[in-house]
Amino acid sequence: MSRNLILGGLLSALVLLAAAVSFLWTPFDHAALNIPAKLQTPNGQHWLGTDHFGRDLMSMIMVGARTSIAVALVAVGIGMGAGVPLGLAAAARKGSWLDEGIMRGNDLVFAFPSLVIAILITAVLGAGAVNAIIAIGIFNIPVFARITRGAALSLWEREFILAARVAGKSAARISAEHILPNVMNLLIVQGTIQFSLAILAEAGLSYVGLGAQPPTPSWGRMLADAQTMVSFAPHLALVPGSAIILTVLGLNLLGDGLRDYLDPKLRVARA
Amino acid sequence: MLRYALKRLLSLLLSLAAASLVIFFVVEVAPGDPASFMLGVNAQADTVAALKAELGLDQSKPARYLTWVIGMLGGDFGTSYTYRTPVAGMIADRLWVSLPLAVYALTLSTLIAFPAGIYAAARRGKAGDMAVTGATQLGVAVPNFWFAMMLVLIFAINLRWFGAGGFPGWEAGLWAGLHALTLPAIALALPQAAILTRVMRSSLLDILGEDFMRTARAKGLTRNQALWRHGVRNALIPVLTIIGLQFSFLLAGAIIIEQVFYLPGLGRLVFQAISSRDLIVVESVVMLLVFAVITVNFLVDLAYALVDPRLRSLT
Repeated sequence: MSRNLILGGLLSALVLLAAAVSFLWTPFDHAALNIPAKLQTPNGQHWLGTDHFGRDLMSMIMVGARTSIAVALVAVGIGMGAGVPLGLAAAARKGSWLDEGIMRGNDLVFAFPSLVIAILITAVLGAGAVNAIIAIGIFNIPVFARITRGAALSLWEREFILAARVAGKSAARISAEHILPNVMNLLIVQGTIQFSLAILAEAGLSYVGLGAQPPTPSWGRMLADAQTMVSFAPHLALVPGSAIILTVLGLNLLGDGLRDYLDPKLRVARA
Repeated sequence: MLRYALKRLLSLLLSLAAASLVIFFVVEVAPGDPASFMLGVNAQADTVAALKAELGLDQSKPARYLTWVIGMLGGDFGTSYTYRTPVAGMIADRLWVSLPLAVYALTLSTLIAFPAGIYAAARRGKAGDMAVTGATQLGVAVPNFWFAMMLVLIFAINLRWFGAGGFPGWEAGLWAGLHALTLPAIALALPQAAILTRVMRSSLLDILGEDFMRTARAKGLTRNQALWRHGVRNALIPVLTIIGLQFSFLLAGAIIIEQVFYLPGLGRLVFQAISSRDLIVVESVVMLLVFAVITVNFLVDLAYALVDPRLRSLT
């Protein structure tokens, strides 16, 4: 196993663990105001310090991890759930109007930077975590459709698929039984990368006020709150910032490591 | 080449038409009618109706769509519901901030990424390569608005080299304008520079493995001569594509960075428009951003085909 895989796996597991534990226990109540203890720097009692309302930052980070993970998980799920079948269908009917339609539709979505999709959606439906999920999810659909189609196209040329066709299997069955398992590795790696991008996107949307709304804690909004106080309480920005960076870094390393691990050819080529 | 260009142009126009339809109908399903929003809850029904007529909101949807699109073709983006001034003028004012910011950031990211990527590829596997690769891993993981806050903390609040935000306007002079845009441009450029460095490095590594590179060395060029004359030039093709794509990300990314630095750009305009339900402004700004993305991609495709004739036969 590579260094990337181990370090990335550890960082990702740590964030997952923090989110899971927060359901059962946090050092303090993440929403409890304690004005006398406001703006403390990290210390023995408040490990990561407190914010301007005296709320415990460690507890807020742990609960905020839930928001980040939930948004990213559902957004990537939407992207995979819709994108993978579309990509499989496009590859199975290569060159047909279906393929053309799916790929042109993809191009169209790609023309809208994800942030612009998010702005449109929030302009229509209002700000909130659910709408952030939809915005990030829609942008993920063409990513997965394209990568699935590309990988599936080369598989359709292979002998074992020909054998399956000779055996009388339908295109849909071949896609599900033979193509999908063979593109799975690729999808897992891409899924990890999209997951980290989704976490960054969620943080950005929450920062500008289009993502999770109070009282739901979110790393992006913690940064927005910190902005006016960064000059005298820099830890307010450093703590959530580090949480985002370590999570995204961990997921990216995990994705790189998985790619090398799942594809032995690449492992040799890279050495 | 001409046939290829025409074909791509047709697909460009189709994409723009489809995008405008999507934007218009997505925004039109928005709950809340701008006229009642502007007049408040206590407005009389006939006042609302009169304002609707004045804003053109009483026409049918297809008619309003056509008015909007035909207007845009002639540079008329309609009239803002809240400010009662032409949207085109509002956008033009803001573009004078957002566009230079994006170009500034793109320049910075290219200036960082080219040397860093070439350096890393030339020293593949050595300490210098590891350091650059590690830095790019960190670069893509850092949210640019957080990086922006750190820049403000260090260079504006502590060192006082720059202002913490705001824009004096270009009337204050080119230097003052660029000075105000420097921290935002650095913040915007960082993640893009990290991505571009990686592309530059891996593209150059691919080229360094080619037979013609060995030939270049065999005919007596030094490592560096071969690298610069044959390696870097050939490696630039994929890098150009990414630069094209990045421009659109920079324009959109500027929306968030403008919030950090209180810059009066397109981003601020869009957020104000969303909160005051000034839908025509939202529609037009989004359309403009999408237009920029589609057009830049079109130009990159053309430049690509010009450089590499093999690509013309593909779709």
